[in-house]
Amino acid sequence: MSTMRSLSFDAIIIGGGGAGLRAALELAKSGKKTAVLSKVFPTRSHTVSAQGGITCAIAAADPDDDWRWHMYDTVKGGDYIADQDASEYMCSEGPKAVFELEHMGLPFSRFDNGRIYQRPFGGQSKDFGKGGQAARTCAAADRTGHALLHTLYQNNLKNNTTFLNEWYAVDLVKNANGDVVGCIAMDIETGEVVHVKSKATVIATGGAGRIFASTTNALINTGDGIGMALRAGFPMQDMEMWQFHPTGIYGAGTLVTEGCRGEGGYLINKDGERFMERYAPNAKDLAGRDVVARSMVMEILEGRGCGEKGDHVFLKLDHLGEEVLGKRLPGIVELSKTFAHVDPAQDPIPVVPTCHYMMGGIPTNVHGQAIMQDAEGNDQIVGGLFACGEAACVSVHGANRLGGNSLLDLVVFGRAAGMFIEGALNEGIEYLDASSSDVESAMKRITRWNESESGETVPELKRELQDIMQTSFGVFREEKNMVEGVERLDQLRGRIASAYLPDKSNAFNTARVEALELDNLMEVAEATAIAALERKESRGAHSRYDYPDRDDANWLKHSLYFPADKRLGKRDVNFAPKTVDMFEPKVRTY
Amino acid sequence: MSKLQVSLYRYNPETDSAPYMQEFQVDTQGRDLMVLDVLHLAKEQDNGLAYRRSCREGVCGSDGMNMNGKNGLACITPLSEVVKGNELTLRPLPGLPVIRDLVVDMGLFYKQYERIQPYLQNNEPAPAIERLQSPEERDKLDGLYECILCACCSTACPSFWWNPEKFVGPAGLLQSYRFLADSRDTATRERLAELEDPFSVFRCRGIMNCVAVCPKGLNPTRAIGKIREMLLANAT
Repeated sequence: MSTMRSLSFDAIIIGGGGAGLRAALELAKSGKKTAVLSKVFPTRSHTVSAQGGITCAIAAADPDDDWRWHMYDTVKGGDYIADQDASEYMCSEGPKAVFELEHMGLPFSRFDNGRIYQRPFGGQSKDFGKGGQAARTCAAADRTGHALLHTLYQNNLKNNTTFLNEWYAVDLVKNANGDVVGCIAMDIETGEVVHVKSKATVIATGGAGRIFASTTNALINTGDGIGMALRAGFPMQDMEMWQFHPTGIYGAGTLVTEGCRGEGGYLINKDGERFMERYAPNAKDLAGRDVVARSMVMEILEGRGCGEKGDHVFLKLDHLGEEVLGKRLPGIVELSKTFAHVDPAQDPIPVVPTCHYMMGGIPTNVHGQAIMQDAEGNDQIVGGLFACGEAACVSVHGANRLGGNSLLDLVVFGRAAGMFIEGALNEGIEYLDASSSDVESAMKRITRWNESESGETVPELKRELQDIMQTSFGVFREEKNMVEGVERLDQLRGRIASAYLPDKSNAFNTARVEALELDNLMEVAEATAIAALERKESRGAHSRYDYPDRDDANWLKHSLYFPADKRLGKRDVNFAPKTVDMFEPKVRTY
Repeated sequence: MSKLQVSLYRYNPETDSAPYMQEFQVDTQGRDLMVLDVLHLAKEQDNGLAYRRSCREGVCGSDGMNMNGKNGLACITPLSEVVKGNELTLRPLPGLPVIRDLVVDMGLFYKQYERIQPYLQNNEPAPAIERLQSPEERDKLDGLYECILCACCSTACPSFWWNPEKFVGPAGLLQSYRFLADSRDTATRERLAELEDPFSVFRCRGIMNCVAVCPKGLNPTRAIGKIREMLLANAT
């Protein structure tokens, strides 16, 4: 232990995607000693894959647009368990954050008057749902995430942010008081394990879509921050809420943006029928993603699916014409040709609902401070720990995220966390140092893998985990299947705890990284499974055959999963926005 | 169905005194897999095989490598595009130091990217809303901003092989022009001044390997030509 090198920072940001880079930028500008620790070079983070845009009431498409309408859509879209103070903060601060991105150089597409181009997306309305479809998603063609991530990386270079690229965070280090005072991390290139000390530790590690066999997520989305926080004993919020994106390319899982439907594309079944007209007569193909995904599965289950096996539907775009496709959706044309062998200007794209986004995560307030509960069930701030982006649950997405709200979440709350940490550092933060036994306990699992001598290997165990999640916790869920899934996961946990890492070498050992990732997938999967089994209602993306209705009397609540005893508790949803009247829960139709 | 014969560049600095090629037989079950899928299958045979990957859809730029002699992204290159006579040879991107197997040290590549100050510079105070830009002005960024920093182009460029310290290389120059072409950037003069020497831009010999390999269909040679024109116009 005495030989381990240590590094010290004012703030360490784990994850180099949109949220992490936005937080880092704020802190780098303030002159605080900040580092971004990322397991991939930052522009390889999953934010790069975001396509359609960033939803925000900048009033370019409609000069009368209002952030309150956006807030209404967000709260409704989340099936009323999005926190209204957080939604208010995101939607009202959003324009500032988007204009900042533009000033940093983000190459947004433009309207003729020179303002940022905005397209319609699902679940968007004017005048609190009464004024018809809005066009509120700011876009850089269909490569908005790429443009956003590169812009943020570039501006971090400009502001001399320190990067620990291709470093892997293994576990959080807690002091004797339970504050988070840094992490254990591995330099992937050399295999060196380092103790990173920090007054503020920000988890911005993104999602964990790789718990499912079929996902739009990058291979790196293994929930590393969620795993670390759960192992450190912190609770997770709303982990049963996983978004299945309606349009993943059949077979490949790659994403086809909702922007396709925003630009006028629509879904058809094997009879060529535009079936969304039946399920959502007003919004049709631009209903909430959960609604569209369920409708697609219904079509398939009722025998109207396409293809030989009848197990997908089609997304029709050819009527948009080559010019619109080339100008507004060039990336989709590329992806369709590569992964579906279809030119969307000629033929429809085969699509199927595919795991896309984790609405749950580390509960935080709007400043990114992580929250746990005391013995009486009251919120309590975790010292030293912050989270933002997909890894966090503020919650602005509730039970179902609206398209385009993810990128907004990243920049608004990355920025907010950065600003708050700067203020806290200015006021002075002092935590008890970690003792050597604190550090050793954070070393436990990497030591376990390094000393493993035999057992099952990582790829087969990972496949099994993904199969369990896909089988038991997909678009539709029910008790019996989930009980079985929870049991299989419990058994799998034991096998992973005694699994084997054959390659013990140090230089760029990707097998070791994948082993460490597997532990995190396990944590996320189990939290998801138990939360899904315990939430006995249907709300947003959580849809149960055995409890088909929303149950506001019992479940107008966040779920809170406690890892120590694998228990599911509840936490109040915030219904107290500061500047507007709260939105009363209503039946959610599109 | 005979198995695909895959020849992989191997090097582990801890155990190998020199790199070598290792043969794998990969059962594709007759499918036209992507090269990245083949690597996953090979890794199941040898857990120690190292390569980078992330998005697996051609937008993150992690898995640039040399496939049967041509640079490209493994995740969007189907076997039918590269395999000849049932054989596939995979090597790291040429010209950069190898860390392990197919993983190269991208340090020099990133250094040249950073050198061109790859961020918008505008000395005017920012307005309360966005800076306006006409669609025509914005169109000038198409074909430039889409670069994913995969390094396929620069590591296919003989001029970059010879002068990686002094020649910015096609990827860096494409980004340089992305900011020179941006109506919102006011640092044109300073940017050009940084590039005036005989190496930074003028080492480009118009070989166009960069254009041939770019997995995003971008054209660094054309961007370099535009920078040359700007430099020459500036000089007269």
